[in-house]
Amino acid sequence: MKKYDVIIIGAGIIGCMIARFLSRYKLDILLIEKEADVCMGATAANTAIIHAGYDPVPGSLKAEMNVKGNKMWDTLAGELNIPFERRGDYVVAIGEEELPKLEELMKQGIQNGVPGLVLLSGDEVRRREPNINPKVSGALWASTGGIADPFAAAVAAAENAVMNGVTIMFETVFQDFIMDGNKIVGIKTNRGDFASRWVINAAGLYSDEVMHKAGVRPEFRITPRKGEYYVFDRAEITINNVLFPVPTPVTKGILVTTTIHGNTIIGPNAKDIQDKEDRSVTREGLEEVWNGALKLVPKLELKHVIAVFAGLRAGGNAPSPNPNIKYNHDYVIEIPSDVKGFVNLGGIESPGLVSSPAIATRVIELLKDAGEKLEEKKDWDPIRPARPRFRDLSKEEQRILVQNDPRYGRIVCRCESVTEGEIVAEIHAPVPAKTYDAIKRRTWLGTGRCQGGFDTPRVVEILARELGVPPTQITKKGPGSEFLKRRTKDVA
Amino acid sequence: MSLDRVKPIYDVVVIGSGPGGLGAAIAAKKNGADDVLIIERDNELGGILVQCIHNGFGVEIFKEDLPGPLYAHRFIQEANSLGVEVLSDTMVLDITPLRKITAVGKRAGFVELEARAIVLAMGCRERTRAQIRIPGTRPAGIYTAGTAQRFVNVEGYMPGNRFVILGSGDIGMIMARRLTLEGAKVERVLEIMPFLTGLTRNYVQCLLDYNIPLELRHTVSRILGNYRVEAVEAVEVDENWNPIPGTEEIIPCDTLLLSVGLIPENELSRKAGVILDPNTGGPVVDESMQTSVSGIFAAGNVVHVYDLVDWVTEAGFIAGKSAAKYAVEMKKGISRQVKLVAGANVRYIVPQYLDSESLAESDQRIQLRVVRPIEEKVWVEVTDGEHLITRKLERYVRPGEIVTIKIPKKAYDEVQKADKLVVRVTRS
Repeated sequence: MKKYDVIIIGAGIIGCMIARFLSRYKLDILLIEKEADVCMGATAANTAIIHAGYDPVPGSLKAEMNVKGNKMWDTLAGELNIPFERRGDYVVAIGEEELPKLEELMKQGIQNGVPGLVLLSGDEVRRREPNINPKVSGALWASTGGIADPFAAAVAAAENAVMNGVTIMFETVFQDFIMDGNKIVGIKTNRGDFASRWVINAAGLYSDEVMHKAGVRPEFRITPRKGEYYVFDRAEITINNVLFPVPTPVTKGILVTTTIHGNTIIGPNAKDIQDKEDRSVTREGLEEVWNGALKLVPKLELKHVIAVFAGLRAGGNAPSPNPNIKYNHDYVIEIPSDVKGFVNLGGIESPGLVSSPAIATRVIELLKDAGEKLEEKKDWDPIRPARPRFRDLSKEEQRILVQNDPRYGRIVCRCESVTEGEIVAEIHAPVPAKTYDAIKRRTWLGTGRCQGGFDTPRVVEILARELGVPPTQITKKGPGSEFLKRRTKDVA
Repeated sequence: MSLDRVKPIYDVVVIGSGPGGLGAAIAAKKNGADDVLIIERDNELGGILVQCIHNGFGVEIFKEDLPGPLYAHRFIQEANSLGVEVLSDTMVLDITPLRKITAVGKRAGFVELEARAIVLAMGCRERTRAQIRIPGTRPAGIYTAGTAQRFVNVEGYMPGNRFVILGSGDIGMIMARRLTLEGAKVERVLEIMPFLTGLTRNYVQCLLDYNIPLELRHTVSRILGNYRVEAVEAVEVDENWNPIPGTEEIIPCDTLLLSVGLIPENELSRKAGVILDPNTGGPVVDESMQTSVSGIFAAGNVVHVYDLVDWVTEAGFIAGKSAAKYAVEMKKGISRQVKLVAGANVRYIVPQYLDSESLAESDQRIQLRVVRPIEEKVWVEVTDGEHLITRKLERYVRPGEIVTIKIPKKAYDEVQKADKLVVRVTRS
């Protein structure tokens, strides 16, 4: 049985970030993921915001992680080459009656230690964001808010971890712990058993089931909370800023924002559901999101929508570790006292993306506190180099790139100008992209107005060629999602 | 075509080699354009015709019923024999309003060129699931009819075994027949409108003849299946397209094909500053198919979606002819401009260019300054570089004093033939 120092369950943003930060130390680390790629769960579909930190309840672990994490993003994005912009964000009050909420939020932000909060007048907001509802009465401006590409963040962290010696196994499903008394000594998976001194639960939506297998927090439950979104054609509408409505007690509300790639997106609504795999979009949900977004930006038009999708938040029910506050949806980041060899995480919902580097750092502190001698590698390389993105280059850079490698001259995705060279580079990257969706997430191919209509046959062909398999084996997102059934003329 | 064969400037550049582009290139050649270049993003010419292996093409133009590739082939041959140049496997990235084109290709590399006239012939693209916002999951097995057509007819693969087709557009109906012939089961064609949206002949030949049921006033209300389509939920709609509760029906299938409309593809047109009509989705054009940007023309489905390919070709003919005319006139315009060159002891001349046609109207006065003073009689001479056209005697010349000389009307013929006029000042 292969023996590791640390096994991390789940390659979402949290698992990948922990793997990356732990790769600094002399540890043999395995990261397992049940799906065919990183970030197939909650990380795959969210609003992609680096929150400033005025939302979480003061005193909660969520608030602490958010504010600490936010400060880490400049360095993190620089080292890992993650698309990230600190554009700031706005909480927008529509009508005079919403104005007092802004002041409350500002106070809360100051309590959480969020710098750079400013209250703006309606006139100032209209000047900064001309598309906004003219009835805007004011806004809370948080200069430290930002936007990032969550896929790129998870991929970059995972790649940097692999560069520094971490092993990743995909399509590897955690089944149970191997215990020695009250000590975890390994895990059972569909691909065999693995021994480990530590196991870290970063299973996201499934974190409750994983911790229950260890006998930890039997009362803890993840309730998937669905959020639905629309994506708009970049050519048709541009929103410059991240616009939040005034929040309600349960949700930060339906935003109008822009992705780092320039597409306006609206969403999410918030609906508790049972099925942890139900990412279906509903008619009612779409209607709710549409109406919510129109409140902020009335000039949105349905005909400019190019995609709709739904994501699931891994909402937990853990009381805050801070005894002074009453809050029952806090993060769990702990080494439980009754089970040895287990780092338990749970309920890492929004603002999970921004918090992820702080959570990884907290895990390292916990391991140190538990007596783990974390010895630094001398050759640890924190830099994950970026690969060229044809679309983002100047004409002169494009010319040189194509001269050096003609594959960068063949545009495979015409809406987003993604080239064959980029696709091939992703297929052979440290964390190889082996499915259509994996390439899509990394290159942004197929996300434009034709939604893959043009590129799909070409990507299937390139994947088959590069992986040395027949096109019928190429999948959208892992086994069971093959694009093609058979050759023509073969008998059905 | 290799990079070194690409010229820096063409009379007419046609973007796209579908029926509109081929028609435009041929017409441009036939109407006096010297250099005509087609830029095509695919390896083969013909655009979407390459994958349209069914017949029904050419009835108007050839009075014959041809399959798509053969219809395209006739025009490809004609274009070849006329000397139309082709840059295939090359994607145009940018067009400026002054007709500078940037393109890139695996073999061609990074290409920048200019055109005296451009014909936009990028065609159209298919509407997607998102544009009609079908609720449900996002598994593999949802294709536009055209993408499925490419898989089956060009790549030789079946994208599914059991199909539901949404939309009674022509490509959808044609694919229903094609898939049936390949051994797949087409469960249903659903159409949200109370009428067929494609051609009746396709309904008869593709659905009726193969017993494929068509349901009008029905749509897909939900897609089921996490990794691969497992079923779709069909529902009847009322006159406002709202689902009628209680009419839901789950249809097991592994593939949903969408044939829900086409949209002119005008990303490049926008970059060139061309004004689009919100109703057609294509450029606003005049009777010559010229867009709002002079020298930029548009042909075929990029303007609006046509019913018949023959009509697309004919639109291409008009655009190509107009583009050639524009380019030829522009070249004439340039050649009428004769440059005035400063020769011996001349510092500068104003004007710098002379429109040779202007001599048809009257004498033309030009002014110049000399480099050095000459305090004796001098000839101020205008030549075509070799032969004297006119001259004038001055008693002296000094840099501080402008010298004026008239080019007379009677020099019209000589100036017409000259490619430059050299002015010099020499001792008599």
